Amino acid sequence: MVNTEVKLCGVSLKNPVVPASGTFGFGVEMADSYDLNILGGISLKGTTRDARYGNECPRIAETPCGMINSVGLQNPGIQAFVEQKLPSVRKHFNGAVIANISGFSIDEYVECCAKADAAPQTDILEVNISCPNVHGGGLAFGTSAKAAAEVTRAVKDVCRKPVFIKLSPNVTDITEIARACEDAGADGLTLINTILGMRIDIRRRKPVLANRYGGFSGRAVFPVALRMVNQVAHACSIPVMGCGGVSCAEDVIEMMMAGATAVQVGAENLRNPFVCKEIAESLPAVMEELGIDSLTEIIGII
Amino acid sequence: MKQSIYTIESNACVADKTWRMRLLGDTSGLERGGQFVDIAIAGRFLRRPIAATCWDAQGFDIIYKVVGQGTDEMSSMQPGTKLDILTGLGNGFDAGLTKDAALVVCGGVGASPAFSLVKELVRLGRKVTVVLGFNKESEIVLEDEYRTLGAHVIVATMDGSRGVKGLVTDAISLEKPEYDHFYTCGPKVMMKAVCEALEGNGEASLEERMGCGCGICYGCTCHTTDGPRRICADGPVFSKEEIIW
Repeated sequence: MVNTEVKLCGVSLKNPVVPASGTFGFGVEMADSYDLNILGGISLKGTTRDARYGNECPRIAETPCGMINSVGLQNPGIQAFVEQKLPSVRKHFNGAVIANISGFSIDEYVECCAKADAAPQTDILEVNISCPNVHGGGLAFGTSAKAAAEVTRAVKDVCRKPVFIKLSPNVTDITEIARACEDAGADGLTLINTILGMRIDIRRRKPVLANRYGGFSGRAVFPVALRMVNQVAHACSIPVMGCGGVSCAEDVIEMMMAGATAVQVGAENLRNPFVCKEIAESLPAVMEELGIDSLTEIIGII
Repeated sequence: MKQSIYTIESNACVADKTWRMRLLGDTSGLERGGQFVDIAIAGRFLRRPIAATCWDAQGFDIIYKVVGQGTDEMSSMQPGTKLDILTGLGNGFDAGLTKDAALVVCGGVGASPAFSLVKELVRLGRKVTVVLGFNKESEIVLEDEYRTLGAHVIVATMDGSRGVKGLVTDAISLEKPEYDHFYTCGPKVMMKAVCEALEGNGEASLEERMGCGCGICYGCTCHTTDGPRRICADGPVFSKEEIIW
């Protein structure tokens, strides 16, 4: 019997498989399709203080081995998130519930994180300072070490639960931002968010996305995500949730060897809504094949 | 939502750039006309959401237009090919909303999602008028099949190569079909015009570029009087009153 359990800042996950924020709704959407309890954790859809429609459609465009999206943080607002979405996912899921929070100002991050932290259903907070799809928010905090540290410090002041900061790959040196977050008190880091991208409809001579640009994700970004996870794992001593282009159990192992303690699966859920279940199911056999008794033994060996 | 492997029984060109494919496999996920399936295509990252035209215990049919590389690849798929497909997606039309007579207005391959709705309306003993709009005669699909079901069929073509010359709304003002509930499926501009022109209650089936097709990515949201709704999971069929065009 292999051991798939991992620990994130004291929170135990039965396995490292976590659907990434924005690719698994608020969890409850999939509860009729399979038993969510096979998952280690779920990172819920990003939430802001006020309800948001997000960007106009088209919000999705395909790319070779991936896709770009510009959903733009559609969500019902923090109040509805805490009162409806969190209790609702908890009815179906006893693993780690990760509340993903976005904002347009430090005050907004603080207010939303405090509310999500106070909710009994939340196990971990994930602070998104890297959304490329909203103007004047999110990413603005994720591309400056100083601003990233400010958000981290302010949020840590009001939270008792572990705080992970979700980092953007759209920076010159991700380790600089990662270290700034660690120094400001972050308990962990999630990376990478999507890479800013674009598609053009050459017949209509217009961008495919109504928002012009969108976040690039999917299998194609896996090597980039892996490299950044590895760099950050070497630069920091706090745990990392690796994210970006993961599509199978072998990718989970690779991401963990690069330095991830848990592994998020994002765009692959859109092509195969059952993929997280399939990865969790196939992980023990892949571990046996590779001679891995416990996943904790491979974290950051590279 | 159900995921299963299906085998192509047939795949043939039935009109201009328009193909009809029959797939054999589990159809227990399909319940209402207007529901769709999401087809994985080797080498393409996202699935292709396409409405189910009709189904029986052995399999289901889709009618699709070649609009890009994914559907182009589908058009060359041979019988015997196996495909990974999600079925039973979306809410579908509500045949129960029609008391006596229904008006079904379709544009282009929008004729396909309404087919099983009309089948159900006829089964319930409702009188059905189907208005099919196309650019030209070579694009016409399902006209004979709708007649065989027992519907009164009116065809309109933009170039006048068949039936009424002009838009579906022109054909409706000319023929004045009786109805107490209407349904529409086709290009957005057409459905908007239909919803604005027709009196009484109706339903429209919206379309958008989709990510997941099953409500988890929020990639295909539309504006409604009830706030933002996901076309794939809350729709694709919405009532005329709730759609904000």
